[in-house]
Amino acid sequence: MLFDFASVLVFIILGLLFIFFVLLFSWVVSPRNPDKDKASTYECGERPLGPAWMKFNIRFYVIALIFIIFDVEILLLFPWAVVFQKLPKGVALVEVLIFIGLLLVGLAYLWNKGDLEWVKTVDKDK
Amino acid sequence: MQELIIWIQKFVIETTGWGFLKTLPIELWYILFMFVFGGVVLGVVMFFAGVASYAERKVAGHIQSRMGPMRVGPHGLLQFMADGIKLVMKEDLIPAKADRFLFKAAPYVLFAGTLALFAAIPYNQLFGKPLAITNLNIGLLYVLAMSGFVVVSILMAGWASSNKWSLLGGMRSAAQIISYEVPVAVSFLAIIMIAGTMNMFDIVSMQEGGIWNWLIFRYPPFTCFVFLVYYVAAMAEVNRTPFDIPEAESELVAGFHTEYSGMRFAFFFMSEYANMLAVSAIATVLFWGGWHSVLPFSILPEPWVVLEGMGWFAGKTLFSVFLMMWLRWTLPRYRVDQLMKLCWKVLLPIAFANVIAIGIWIALT
Repeated sequence: MLFDFASVLVFIILGLLFIFFVLLFSWVVSPRNPDKDKASTYECGERPLGPAWMKFNIRFYVIALIFIIFDVEILLLFPWAVVFQKLPKGVALVEVLIFIGLLLVGLAYLWNKGDLEWVKTVDKDK
Repeated sequence: MQELIIWIQKFVIETTGWGFLKTLPIELWYILFMFVFGGVVLGVVMFFAGVASYAERKVAGHIQSRMGPMRVGPHGLLQFMADGIKLVMKEDLIPAKADRFLFKAAPYVLFAGTLALFAAIPYNQLFGKPLAITNLNIGLLYVLAMSGFVVVSILMAGWASSNKWSLLGGMRSAAQIISYEVPVAVSFLAIIMIAGTMNMFDIVSMQEGGIWNWLIFRYPPFTCFVFLVYYVAAMAEVNRTPFDIPEAESELVAGFHTEYSGMRFAFFFMSEYANMLAVSAIATVLFWGGWHSVLPFSILPEPWVVLEGMGWFAGKTLFSVFLMMWLRWTLPRYRVDQLMKLCWKVLLPIAFANVIAIGIWIALT
């Protein structure tokens, strides 16, 4: 079991070493002429205006929250799916259908509330 | 895996006659074997990324009634080598305002996460044993987990660049990838319900014996829908057009890798193709019967059947890659709100309906 994951680790280390040596080789052969304008932030050729680390929209946060709910649900359902055919099927299915149903009600609520819309319409705009 | 290493150890000692090699610990042999086999997989993935960048331009060219690259080598075949040499020799620029550590770390994280996907995929069988870097019993969960690395690295790259395009591209990309991970996971759920295991080798093994045993044709038509949901969502996860919002060049210059140049950019570029290959290989494993033949009999005589399996696997995977290129040059790009709508309001309900339908079918039979 741990042996299996050791292989993954060795493989990842191999990949990291590969990147490191390619970048090292590139560092050796590539020219370096530093320049103030070259090192400035790209903004379509203009001088950059203000900092780039600005506030961004809250909808990214909402999406992340919805994602976490569904991901945790899937984590719970994977072990169930593995043993599904060995359990008394009817009972196992009904229990999980109730569980999925609760989540789908949540999805329906979000859908109705408009949180799945990228451009959210507030009531007075409708 | 252990048997394979012991077999190699015996083979090497017998052919070279160096008895002292026997005193080396088995762990050392294992690491050596891993480096050789892992190196081969790494080499194939890198070579594929190069060839695919050429193939993409050729496919694009012919779809648009152009020739594509023609100058370097016969029919431009050496174009990707020329591109590689050019990228290695480019000056490596890091913007003065960037967060230097995260900026440098992002390609490593992305590439490591992409490569890790290839560790779990069973490419073929050797005498009933999987030919894979590792045969995990939680293969599908592992694949889902590793594809999470991509989000982290894209956020790192987008934020560290200290560029407005990069930040916007990175945020959009993260939102897109995590959204589309949900339909992918739900379609995996349907597959696990049918197979009763998360082990990818076992999933391929149960699809043996002709085209009708492939998972895509079990429980018709629901598994076909599962495949469609998986394929569309996977294409969105690897940021291919029509879902390439994160780097939509007409809106965001180049998205999260706007500030990257030279070899660092090349690693972002290559891992897109590597990711495409991984997603296609997973589609082959889960739905198209892995290394099993389309025909009910094998073409080659007994000892060469192994090669035939390899060929089928490569053929199916490359066909899937071609399909993705074809779609890219045929369909226009989605708008960002349409993208989210497609994921949460179309794919997710279909995916859950599939799971419920397949569950009822299994429970009734």
